[in-house]
Amino acid sequence: MLCTPILSTTHTHIFSLSQIRVKPDHSGVVTDGVKHSMNPFCEIAVEEAVKLKEKKLIKEVVAVSCGPTQVQETIRTALAMGADRGIHVEVSGKDYETLGPLQVSKIMAALAKKEEAQLVILGKQAIDDDCNQTGQMTAALLDWPQGTFASEVAIEGDKMKVVREIDGGLETIQISMPAVITADLRLNTPRYATLPNIMKAKKKKIANVKPADLGVDLTSRIQILSVNDPPQRQAGVKVETVDDLVAKLKETGRI
Amino acid sequence: MAAASTIFRFARLTSCAGKSRSLIFNRIQRRGIASCIDPSLGLTDEQKEFQKVAFDFAANEMAPHMAEWDQKEIFPVECMRKAAQLGFGGIYVDPEMGGSGLTRLDTSVIFEALSTGCVSTTAYISIHNMCNWMIDTFGNTEQRERFCPDLCTMDKFASYCLTEPGSGSDAASLLTSAQLKGDHYVLNGSKAFISGGGDTDVYVVMCRTGGQGAKGISCLVVEKGTPGLSFGKKEQKVGWNSQPTRAVILEDCAVPVTNRLGAEGQGFNIAMKGLNGGRINIASCSLGAAHACVQLARDHMSVRKQFGEPLSSNQFLQFKLAEMATKLVASRLLVREAARALQDNRPDAVALCSMAKLFATDECFTICNQALQMHGGYGYLKDYAVQQFMRDIRVHQILEGTNEVMRMIIARGLLTES
Repeated sequence: MLCTPILSTTHTHIFSLSQIRVKPDHSGVVTDGVKHSMNPFCEIAVEEAVKLKEKKLIKEVVAVSCGPTQVQETIRTALAMGADRGIHVEVSGKDYETLGPLQVSKIMAALAKKEEAQLVILGKQAIDDDCNQTGQMTAALLDWPQGTFASEVAIEGDKMKVVREIDGGLETIQISMPAVITADLRLNTPRYATLPNIMKAKKKKIANVKPADLGVDLTSRIQILSVNDPPQRQAGVKVETVDDLVAKLKETGRI
Repeated sequence: MAAASTIFRFARLTSCAGKSRSLIFNRIQRRGIASCIDPSLGLTDEQKEFQKVAFDFAANEMAPHMAEWDQKEIFPVECMRKAAQLGFGGIYVDPEMGGSGLTRLDTSVIFEALSTGCVSTTAYISIHNMCNWMIDTFGNTEQRERFCPDLCTMDKFASYCLTEPGSGSDAASLLTSAQLKGDHYVLNGSKAFISGGGDTDVYVVMCRTGGQGAKGISCLVVEKGTPGLSFGKKEQKVGWNSQPTRAVILEDCAVPVTNRLGAEGQGFNIAMKGLNGGRINIASCSLGAAHACVQLARDHMSVRKQFGEPLSSNQFLQFKLAEMATKLVASRLLVREAARALQDNRPDAVALCSMAKLFATDECFTICNQALQMHGGYGYLKDYAVQQFMRDIRVHQILEGTNEVMRMIIARGLLTES
């Protein structure tokens, strides 16, 4: 039986699917006034961590989120689902706008070492940028094995069996702990927080940490040149005969 | 970005029936809410958490089934028990009895959110909560321990029995008699329009143990299966179809004295105190329906085109939408203030609860009705949720004290001061 802490990231504090608008200067999308919430894959990750704790396979679940003060709401949701404590890594302003998978994985790696975690569970990707990089980078920085796109996770002694969803079907691997797991859609169905748990979550601690305290450099290696709307859909053209169709296709270089 | 999340939401839906409807609905729940009518404004972080759970539950567990429950008149016991597991069975009942111990404002926020999934079911849950609270507040320890835990988990369901065929607004003139015979009361009479009647287990019955008027009324808890307790036919209603409504008939029904809540003659007082909270709850259900309808109307206006333009370009409709939003926010503010007043036992609490119920139920019905109108012919089809919201909240202007009785209460409060 393992008695170890898990880190579970809820770092993705994504915007909901309302009308997303590109900023007038094309530097990004407008985020002011848009409702933010926990990334669905991260919800699944938190649920899996809490399930493992309920099976008494791990000792403690720590929920982590990186961002401005608002992300504390997301951490509280994780606490209400059953996480034991939270860590809020404060990143705001320009740093937050350029925060990407590389920076987050450096933070996660530093925290995993500091907390002596045995397991880091993240969502497979954020649904606002669809990067699907943080889990993999975190594992590389820690030099830990990774079980990504997990649809089933089982701890057997000091090893983990992970069933992964891959293009060809399902792949089962065995990895040793400590390890990084990224949660896929079918891993579980996240529970609703109950009213009593929401009230208990108020008493759970959220620690504040700065990236500098962890020795992490947040400078982005990427510069966003421009963000544009997808091109407007053009009207189609009607043709009379098949010959016309072939001619048109040749004309526009399609064939 | 949008595709990944929509697929995720489909995975959560449990029913395939009415999939197109649930598609319309779930998109509503997941979209950014227009900020001026956002119901989370002004709430504490904890209240926002409660609201989020309720919204999620409504979108995933209730909304996909709302039409089927209405059409087939299904009392969704399993769904309500799932809600009870989250703490919705005794929201303002003492945690020692299994309740959640939240405030009236928390309760209002929760019912408002749940109603966006199904008004009829949420309204029944609120009635159940009201009965649970009455036993928790006015019962002795033995009664509370006997009834409340099962009501909090919804292992048992409750009904509130005050109205009779001959006494609706004039509730204090009720005739159901309870004659004391040794250690039992023998009840004779009938109650009308009882929500849940016949399918519920615990009946909180107001009956006459003494003389005429309010002071002769006591409150007895009658359990299903007691000899002499029977039910009338299931009523066919315009809305509220996910809860059965039946007459409750008492013929020489013997109920132990130990089932009496509070003292003899206290029953009417208990009934009215229950209703103060009940009125906030019903008003909150109307708020949820109106909120859903404003969003449905807004979305329809963006999509539907006539005279070469979307309806949202039409100034008359823009103004109508603005009026609907204004009425919604005004109603919400009044309901939440009444909830605060009741929680703090303020002297204006009773009047405020009546004002909130009167104003919110009337305005929200206007909103839903107007939203239906803005859908044109489509609004009249059962494929569209807007008609069900309108039908379901129509009765809120009538029950738990008609809006005419609300005016009586408010006027009395004003005139007795002078």
